[in-house]
Amino acid sequence: MEVGEERRYIYSAEEIDRYEGQLIEDLKARSTEPIPDPDTWLEEEGKRHIMLTTVDTVINWAKRSSIWPVICFPACCAFEFIAAEGPRFDLSRFGMEILRASPRQADLMITAGTLTWKMAPNVHRIYNQMPEPKWVIAMGACAISGGIFRSSYAVVPGYNRIIPVDVYVPGCPPRPEALIYAVQMLQKKIAREKVVPDLPEFLQKGK
Amino acid sequence: MTVALSGKDIAARVEEKLPGSLEDSGDDYLLVKADSLVAVAEFLKNTESLNFDYFNFVTAVDYYSYFEVVYRLESVEHNHSIVIKTRCYDRDNPAVPSLAGLWQGANFQEREVYDLMGIKFEGHPNLKRMFLWDGFEGHPLRKDWNK
Repeated sequence: MEVGEERRYIYSAEEIDRYEGQLIEDLKARSTEPIPDPDTWLEEEGKRHIMLTTVDTVINWAKRSSIWPVICFPACCAFEFIAAEGPRFDLSRFGMEILRASPRQADLMITAGTLTWKMAPNVHRIYNQMPEPKWVIAMGACAISGGIFRSSYAVVPGYNRIIPVDVYVPGCPPRPEALIYAVQMLQKKIAREKVVPDLPEFLQKGK
Repeated sequence: MTVALSGKDIAARVEEKLPGSLEDSGDDYLLVKADSLVAVAEFLKNTESLNFDYFNFVTAVDYYSYFEVVYRLESVEHNHSIVIKTRCYDRDNPAVPSLAGLWQGANFQEREVYDLMGIKFEGHPNLKRMFLWDGFEGHPLRKDWNK
């Protein structure tokens, strides 16, 4: 949106509306393209000059032992997540008892609920504000594929149109046990991560 | 509980006061001609024994060959309600008169109907899209709308 210098910070309601609409249209246009891998900056030449031994294990242990989720609950799956968080199902066994209201202090986004296109730029922004390394669990049918609202004009058909997703939890809504299993799966995934991805086989630990 | 007034009784009173303003009436609704909608609404609002002072909702239905705009009015004082409907047969440029001048509550709801169904409310003070952004193509609750 082109705005003259003299009124740079003065927008009319129509201009804000059109600006927000443009953000949504851009997200929609990009939603069918694959999301780029954040590790692509590391070239093949660089990888060959890095060798790590057991430090991977220590880093991964630290990462997976206290995954703090960001508060991002657009809809009803939030209640199952709150139940999982509470004393009965007790996610704090996994070091996850702290829900961060600020995405800047969080590692994990649990996308509990239907995402509308109107909300999508904000969720995208929350994801971008989270520091690396970060993970996403798509919780529930709506988060996976849009669920029963898939054919609606207003609903994003799956969070993976907007942000990369690590673990999918089916269910409408999923039981807290299912969510806890997803967290355990995510922890297993983190345990296998390499600080330098795709190292040549002979350089990897124990090979 | 709110009493739903009989459409036939109200229709008789409206016809007496404003002859030729109704297309039809049923047990629970009045079908008003679009060009006399404001006059009928004004009559319903300002008549002493009816006194519909609360605009409950406005919505619209797509029947393929025409759009039907449905209003529900209530009276807080007498605790009764009535449904009035009006039709617009022009599918390319559907329009009905706005009731935002009579009830402030109609302002946002008529914008919503305009946004999602594309019915123009003539005389509305600020007829812009409500939920979708300026530049969105089409009106998504129409039956013939698709992505």
